[in-house]
Amino acid sequence: MPSITPAEVAHLARLARLDLSTDHLGRLAGELDVILASVAKVSEVAAADIPPTSHPLPLTNVFRADVVHACLTRDEALAAAPSVEAGRFRVPRILDEEA
Amino acid sequence: MTSTELTRRTAAELAGVVASGEASAVEVTQAHLDRIAAVDAGVHAFLHLDTEGALASAAAVDAARSAGESLGPLAGVPLALKDVLTMKGIPTTCGSRILQGWRPAYDATVTARLKAAGVVILGKTNMDEFAMGSSTEHSAYGPTHNPWDLDRIPGGSGGGSAAALAAFEAPLAIGTDTGGSIRQPAAVTGTVGVKPTYGGVSRYGLVALASSLDQAGPCARTVLDAALLHAVIAGHDPLDSTSIDAPVPDVVSAALHADVRGMRVGVVRELTGEGYQAGVQQRFDEAVALLTELGADVVEVSCPHFPYALAAYYLILPSEASSNLAKFDGMRFGLRSGDDGQHSVEEVMGLTRAEGFGDEVIRRIMLGTYALSAGYYDAYYGSAQKVRTLITRDFAAAFEQVDVLVSPTAPTTAFKLGEKLDDPLAMYLNDIATIPANLAGTPGMSLPVGLAPEDGLPVGLQIMAPVMADDRLYRVGAALETALLSRWGTPILEGAPVL
Repeated sequence: MPSITPAEVAHLARLARLDLSTDHLGRLAGELDVILASVAKVSEVAAADIPPTSHPLPLTNVFRADVVHACLTRDEALAAAPSVEAGRFRVPRILDEEA
Repeated sequence: MTSTELTRRTAAELAGVVASGEASAVEVTQAHLDRIAAVDAGVHAFLHLDTEGALASAAAVDAARSAGESLGPLAGVPLALKDVLTMKGIPTTCGSRILQGWRPAYDATVTARLKAAGVVILGKTNMDEFAMGSSTEHSAYGPTHNPWDLDRIPGGSGGGSAAALAAFEAPLAIGTDTGGSIRQPAAVTGTVGVKPTYGGVSRYGLVALASSLDQAGPCARTVLDAALLHAVIAGHDPLDSTSIDAPVPDVVSAALHADVRGMRVGVVRELTGEGYQAGVQQRFDEAVALLTELGADVVEVSCPHFPYALAAYYLILPSEASSNLAKFDGMRFGLRSGDDGQHSVEEVMGLTRAEGFGDEVIRRIMLGTYALSAGYYDAYYGSAQKVRTLITRDFAAAFEQVDVLVSPTAPTTAFKLGEKLDDPLAMYLNDIATIPANLAGTPGMSLPVGLAPEDGLPVGLQIMAPVMADDRLYRVGAALETALLSRWGTPILEGAPVL
């Protein structure tokens, strides 16, 4: 079983966009180790010839008629936004984020 | 009829009371609002009450009756809605700080169908954050308390809905069940809860935890009430592409024709014995013996891969959840932290999510991110998906031998608040018997079968049926309920402490 290092946990947190404290990352490393050691038992029975199931229903594509429906107005869509400017979602700067 | 008498009635009875004019829908609603005002400080089943909206809905039912319009079978009956389903203009938090103050711009299909049926929605009920948990202790707004013993958990994630029923704050509630979040709370509160067939009830407007597992369903104090509610919310919905386009099984007729003579009932060998509390096992065994007395043909059935279900679930669920919860990034709705001009969008997302999500949600997002990451995908998520196939095959083989399967719903009765909070794995074990049905998409019901002798707390029995045979749950459940009621003399909740 791979043991998760605090560095790996920090990498996962960055992928998941979670700005966690060093203490929290350390605690998670221990907890994830215990949980992963337990759930790894799936590999005991997951033989190569067994097809995976991703969903309980055997659905492929579900289509509907190409008909125009009512949808939210711009004001309704923006009503719950944390920040709005000129009828749009206002977001923090998106450039230079790797700087 | 006094206010207390109204809150003790079943939903079916209350609909009759309103239809006959014995009491108005406004009186019925006010009685429940008064009950909530009296006891909810101790129970904390509700996160938000819609007093004004509820009384207005009730008044509309009364006006319709006065105008001679025909009323639906649940018109004027109050209901508690789990805070994971949207209701236009009413706060929907999912028990999370990240959605504090969010008011959705649209109704979930379940909500819309309840409104159309004249069901009176009292408010939104407490839950583990984003439905992750078995105790409602992971709510950002504080735990719900079990009406049987306020120091104990009401189950989870739908502890608020189950506690509202057990505390006589509402005769009906809606829950959602991803790994047992309807059935396990029902078991530990002495109420009835049903997870319909996956795809049987629309997920439109249900804030997704794990999309391939989530299913909304009815919670009630009797099997018939659950069936009446099931019939209102179920059925095909074009807004949910995974909704099954087929007639809803006739669950109400099944609940009214409680007869198990000749039915084949399978006791799942892997879901009994070791790990199950003695009193839980005892009441379960007695209920199985009762089914034999009632004319069912009871046999033991083996589902050899069920012992792997919990492990598969705790890979599939976090994987799907980590993807679904990516939308909570502080850009379009909900909390935003650190937007001070100094932080980039990516930093604001990280700060927002770390502040807005609780420990269990963070744990599962991290677990899912790991399970889906390059190098580990096949060993974890891929293997879990194969186990899902094996579980589905186990069900298929079992249902060639029997019509329904039974097991205890949960391994123990309600435990103390705080008892398992620091041990995630111990908490996860609460769902060991309920998870297989979510993985396979099959329907399941929990109903009360007595009190454990050692602690006097409710024990639930789980019934499982094949996909789209939800009616069998109600047929067996109603038969057991009727036989147990004649044995006990009064409904099990009459034995709960007076709050």
